[in-house]
Amino acid sequence: MRGPGRWAVLVSLTVAALVMIFPFVLVALNAVKTPEEYASEGPLGLPGGLHLQGIVDFWVRVDFGQKLWNSLLISGSVAVLAVVLSVLNAYALGIGRVRGRLSILVLFLVANTLPQEALVYPLYYLAKEAGLYDSRLSMIIIFTVIQAAFGTYLLSAVLGQFPKEILEAAEIDGAGRFRALVRVVVPISRPTLSVLLIFFFIWTWNEFFLPLIFLISNDNQTVPVALGVLQGERYMDATMSSASALLGIVPAVAFFLIFQRTLTRGVTVGAVK
Amino acid sequence: MRVRKKGYWLYLVPSLVLFLVVIVVPFLMNLGVSFTRWSGVGTPRWAGLENYARLLEDERFWLSFQNNVALIFAMAVVPTVLGLLLAAALFDFIGKRFGPRTASALRAMYYLPQVLPVAVAGVVWGWMLHPSYGAINQAFGLDLDWLGDPDLALATVMAVMVWFQLGYPVVIFMAGLQRVDPAYYEAADLDGASWWRKVWHITIPQIRPEIFVVLLTCTIAALKVFGPIFVLTRGGPGNATLVPSYFSYLNFFQKSDVGYGSAIATVLALIIVVVTFLFLRIQERES
Repeated sequence: MRGPGRWAVLVSLTVAALVMIFPFVLVALNAVKTPEEYASEGPLGLPGGLHLQGIVDFWVRVDFGQKLWNSLLISGSVAVLAVVLSVLNAYALGIGRVRGRLSILVLFLVANTLPQEALVYPLYYLAKEAGLYDSRLSMIIIFTVIQAAFGTYLLSAVLGQFPKEILEAAEIDGAGRFRALVRVVVPISRPTLSVLLIFFFIWTWNEFFLPLIFLISNDNQTVPVALGVLQGERYMDATMSSASALLGIVPAVAFFLIFQRTLTRGVTVGAVK
Repeated sequence: MRVRKKGYWLYLVPSLVLFLVVIVVPFLMNLGVSFTRWSGVGTPRWAGLENYARLLEDERFWLSFQNNVALIFAMAVVPTVLGLLLAAALFDFIGKRFGPRTASALRAMYYLPQVLPVAVAGVVWGWMLHPSYGAINQAFGLDLDWLGDPDLALATVMAVMVWFQLGYPVVIFMAGLQRVDPAYYEAADLDGASWWRKVWHITIPQIRPEIFVVLLTCTIAALKVFGPIFVLTRGGPGNATLVPSYFSYLNFFQKSDVGYGSAIATVLALIIVVVTFLFLRIQERES
């Protein structure tokens, strides 16, 4: 296409992009307004200055620092533990090629597609019996298993291609099986493992259904749960609502920017999920 | 090379134990409970297929699946079609005429909603669509109860979900397009083929695997949808946005009708496994 046509395409794609980011702009704009400015100027007016009171009020009211810490603790622990489990499993399945590996892989894959709704009540019941209900530990255990099911599936395929010569060389050097895993397989697979680590972290951060049910006390709630539950509360006025939305957006966008390189490399990895 | 490698299964033990406790046992318990009447306390009473019989006659159950089909349309079909057009346009026009930087900047803007936790996306739109102080009504001088009007609520949720999902197919399809041999397009150009014909005859067949993956993953995500419904509408008004996932949650935790909730969850799990299986079969046959 030549002439004005290509500009028409550029303009329409740009308009579409602006529509997509319009909510982000509006949230940021209105989170730093005073309630009076919102009342008089409406949502599209520019704020007179950087008014952070709405954000501070909301932060203090819900003890947002605690929510951030809970989310970080749960997502970070799950990411590390799920990568460890995935590596152990994939070592046995991809390199060790243990008997029945195909059926084990299918089992993990099916587990990954199962809706959490079909597990939630028994998990809730068992957690109560075990005294783990309303604890961050319960979430760490459950999501470690769920994420590791996916990680095992993916990593087994990757380790299936692992060069045999390297393992044989390690063996000749007298390295035992565990030593070969820690000293040879893990360092060489580091790029894949870091992609998995980041995906597990973000996926766990974004979870809502199980944390909503398991984390009922304020001290244990994660960021999405706290924001989701408070949405539409009486005391939330327009500017405080946008402040709460902004506090949900900022960490997510920050992770995206920090991990962007790894994520774009791995987005096709995520597509398998 | 050793003759036979033994002892590797030891590395599976921790996962298999955890897997048994967190996935297998709860799944079987859920299945078992679906054949009982149980309030969550005391002993479940055997009820045979009663819950499943009740499901078949429950208007709300059928309605929840009807709404779910609408959400599959909004979360899988629409984003795939729009994503295909956007990715092809970005790749063919923007990337080639205005440089790859412009193309990737636009792509990042389409992708931005995808980085949000879906519940946070719900919070953003809950604020924007609020009937009294919401930004949409105020900005456009409207007076609509987007999420509270039974005739509007489902359409509104669908629109929000299109916004949320769109970036995913755009990114996947653009990655797929890198793989396509430019010679196809050059040959089509020589034949004077229009852009639409090229999309239809070259782009779509070439990135068929990506289209499959996107349709499958988005359909499964739509079948599991819970967060946005909880945050935006709680299934209401009436049952206008009720979905199976939220319906089972209601029975589990609000109505203490655990047997019935388990039956709904079991049916949902079955549907998801069957859909996955069908997709994989079709894909296998195609290639």
